Amino acid sequence: MTERHVYLDHSATTAVDSAVLEAMLPYFSERYGNANSLHLWGRVARKAVNAAREQVASLIGAESSEIIFTGGGSEADNLAIKGAAFTHREKGRHVITTAVEHHAVLDSFKWLEKEGFEITILPVDETGMVSIPDLKNAIREGTTFVSMMFANNEVGTIQPVAEAARICRERGVLFHVDGVQAVGHIPVDVRELGFDMLTMSAHKMYGPKGVGALYVRKGVKIEPVIHGGGQERGLRSGTENTAGIVGFGKAAEIASWRLVDGSIDEETRLRDLLIERATAIEEVSLTGHRTKRLPFHASVCVGSLEGESMLLRLDAAGIGASSGSACTSGSLEPSYVLLAMGLSHEAAHGSLRLTLGKDTSEEDIVYVAENLQRIVTDLRAMSPLWKNRG
Amino acid sequence: MYSEKVMDLFMHPINAGKMENPDGVGEVGNPRCGDIMKIYLRIKDDRIEDVSFETFGCASAIASSSMVTEMVKGLTIDEALAISNKDVVKALGGLPPQKIHCSLLAEEGIQAAIEDYRSKQKARTEAKA
Repeated sequence: MTERHVYLDHSATTAVDSAVLEAMLPYFSERYGNANSLHLWGRVARKAVNAAREQVASLIGAESSEIIFTGGGSEADNLAIKGAAFTHREKGRHVITTAVEHHAVLDSFKWLEKEGFEITILPVDETGMVSIPDLKNAIREGTTFVSMMFANNEVGTIQPVAEAARICRERGVLFHVDGVQAVGHIPVDVRELGFDMLTMSAHKMYGPKGVGALYVRKGVKIEPVIHGGGQERGLRSGTENTAGIVGFGKAAEIASWRLVDGSIDEETRLRDLLIERATAIEEVSLTGHRTKRLPFHASVCVGSLEGESMLLRLDAAGIGASSGSACTSGSLEPSYVLLAMGLSHEAAHGSLRLTLGKDTSEEDIVYVAENLQRIVTDLRAMSPLWKNRG
Repeated sequence: MYSEKVMDLFMHPINAGKMENPDGVGEVGNPRCGDIMKIYLRIKDDRIEDVSFETFGCASAIASSSMVTEMVKGLTIDEALAISNKDVVKALGGLPPQKIHCSLLAEEGIQAAIEDYRSKQKARTEAKA
């Protein structure tokens, strides 16, 4: 077994920050009240939930009353999409999204289609970017709603969300942004950007799993998906997950410091070092946009190799990575994101994603680059595609 | 997810690499699906003297190739043709259901290489005649 462990799968999830864990712990047993109770125990929990709401709102420049806590990013996406589509179904039944969204968004749209809505899925270019003229052309009479991700989980490309928001505003169409990968990692100000809704997830920013939030701009009406006790302004019933919400709040607070203390620049420097070292290997090319990408995100395609074999060899060297190959997706098709970007099936099978975290060091990057080079050479030595080339 | 045997053969494959001047070569699979297996055979008096493989694919594809080449080494052609994908799966200590196709590629790879050998033999005999 290997001595060194380098986790480079922060797009999948992050470790809970020790300060976050510390903030959460009292809310499991000492301060266990239900935030909806009137007594002391309930008031203690309510106060904690309210404080966390302030922290999350402050991270994105919103007001605390605009934050709806949910059971994660997928739930927030479902709430935004189904909630908006159903609320405005008398006004129109046409909704728009993009080809590279997370399944939580794409599958919600497919469900809406089954329910009689018309859906338009915008294509992307070879960097994974949506075109603003395409969005303009897609909006028509009866369009009520557009959902677009801030940044892509597989290739890190940052979408032109500010321009998209402006167009939606001009055309009187609601604009939802899936910000799961971006919030806490790049500056996001919902007022400046003009979003109507924004999905967030705690565990992508050093908070706990199982808690997320939807920003819903004041004045935007949506239907709930989960009905019940009327918590979260009636938009998400169910007793508040106090400990999780407190953890999300603390994670948001820490993230806002990281956004201004130079951490992002250092992360970007290490990302660029990794991209440079990885793409220096023969027939390894970057996927996604070179500069308009998440500061922690490196993704490449490795020619003549299949992703799963690289992942398992990296794993044996103590390195955690991910891939969009068919073998890792659990289906026979490789990543729909890479295919939408125009990559061939063969190239998509060789995809590799390496996502850095706040504790990733330069030594880690060098270690990963050296191991990647060795593993690619070893695996190519037995790839019939590699040797048969002229 | 994978058995110890699969991981062992994936990490330390036996018989990996191209063969110079093989008597039979079989290539199965396609890059679109993410699996290509190429089997090389050296045959003397209808017996497989040496065998090697090149594989583009996941861990189970590489392990299946390595295993099937180990299994057919030293066998006669007819004995090698009798090896099925189930034998390969069994020898590997099992494969996850979605990976069974890798063992099928291994079976088909050997068959294709033998077929190639036989057609070359036939051509040679006809040339002599």
